[in-house]
Amino acid sequence: MRIYVRLFWEFFKTGLFSVGGGMATLPFLKSIGENTGWYTYTELMNMLAVSESTPGPIGINMATYVGFTAGGVPGAVIATLGEVTPSIIVILIVAAMLKKFRDSKLVNNAFYGLRPASAGLIGAACVTVVLEVLTHVSARTQEGSLLNTFFLEKNSGLLNWPGLFLAAVLLVFTNWVKPTKKLHPIVFIGFSAIVGVAAGAAGII
Amino acid sequence: MKEKETSLSLLFWTFAKMGIMTFGGGYAMLPILQREVVENRHWATEEEIMDYYAIGQCTPGIIAVNTATFIGQKKRGSIGGIVSTLGLVFPSLVIISVLAGLITNFSHLVWVQNAFTGIQVCVCVLIVNAVTKLLKKSVVDKQTALIFVVVLVGGIFVNISPAWFVIIAAAVGIILKNLEVKGR
Repeated sequence: MRIYVRLFWEFFKTGLFSVGGGMATLPFLKSIGENTGWYTYTELMNMLAVSESTPGPIGINMATYVGFTAGGVPGAVIATLGEVTPSIIVILIVAAMLKKFRDSKLVNNAFYGLRPASAGLIGAACVTVVLEVLTHVSARTQEGSLLNTFFLEKNSGLLNWPGLFLAAVLLVFTNWVKPTKKLHPIVFIGFSAIVGVAAGAAGII
Repeated sequence: MKEKETSLSLLFWTFAKMGIMTFGGGYAMLPILQREVVENRHWATEEEIMDYYAIGQCTPGIIAVNTATFIGQKKRGSIGGIVSTLGLVFPSLVIISVLAGLITNFSHLVWVQNAFTGIQVCVCVLIVNAVTKLLKKSVVDKQTALIFVVVLVGGIFVNISPAWFVIIAAAVGIILKNLEVKGR
């Protein structure tokens, strides 16, 4: 029972403080994983990939997946309900004073600061995740410590060369090659899965 | 002539249908919303949808959920807002629960692990792309650039809830804008 209360509360907070769509929930999900031990970064990355490749808004898919990982089907339902509850409350209030809200100086000024902060938070989650996947440096959070520490895994080089090569290829195709950059992420996820299987078969990874 | 009231079950299933058709983030849902809500059902005008979207982006939570709540609220009040949102998330709940169960069962297979090793690299690139896109929209001057850098570094090295960064950044935004007005 306690796990469900915790799930609801953690996802309520995620829904309340993440501004700007599905990806904005990532730093919160990362922090939930660190604090509860329900899943690792790598598992979170897999969940994100599945969420991008299946129908439904990414944010909802991620909440469902994380909830499922922590507490099965009831966990999935509770996490998702927790995440949408603040939205419903806030929107019902805003809808009642739509015009006032849109023209509010205070709201606009708050968002002037909020938007870059939201980008910064996703950026920070991104750095940790990139370090984890493309190098052999891992972040470690300790209970009660305010600072995160970083360490190099034993018996391995600093960089994950095959991973970096794939990342460079994907970066080019998703940003600078005209015919491919508009393609849906699912195409690149599928391509990377095939590359992973092929690399495994060839003994590279 | 009094307009016939939209039934709650119609709201639920219409949004469930849109949940299935949406692949990706909130933006991916916009064209589907326009077709279903504006053209097919006439529940809202094009302008209203754009307004809901703009507000949905700058209110807490998932953009798609915020927009669904808005439209449901417009048609049937608070209960309509809740039912629409539940409809929207319903397909995700079913699909992800089934998939998550399957993946857990197959995760010990070597080729599945290798596939995910490749996929993780792709997810890294997708997140980098999302951050650069957000950067262009949110960092508009030196002050917003500074907020971005401080939160980025803080987020990497400091172990506190991301919620604190959000609350403090909102306060800083208000203070900075007020100073700007006074400075003139």
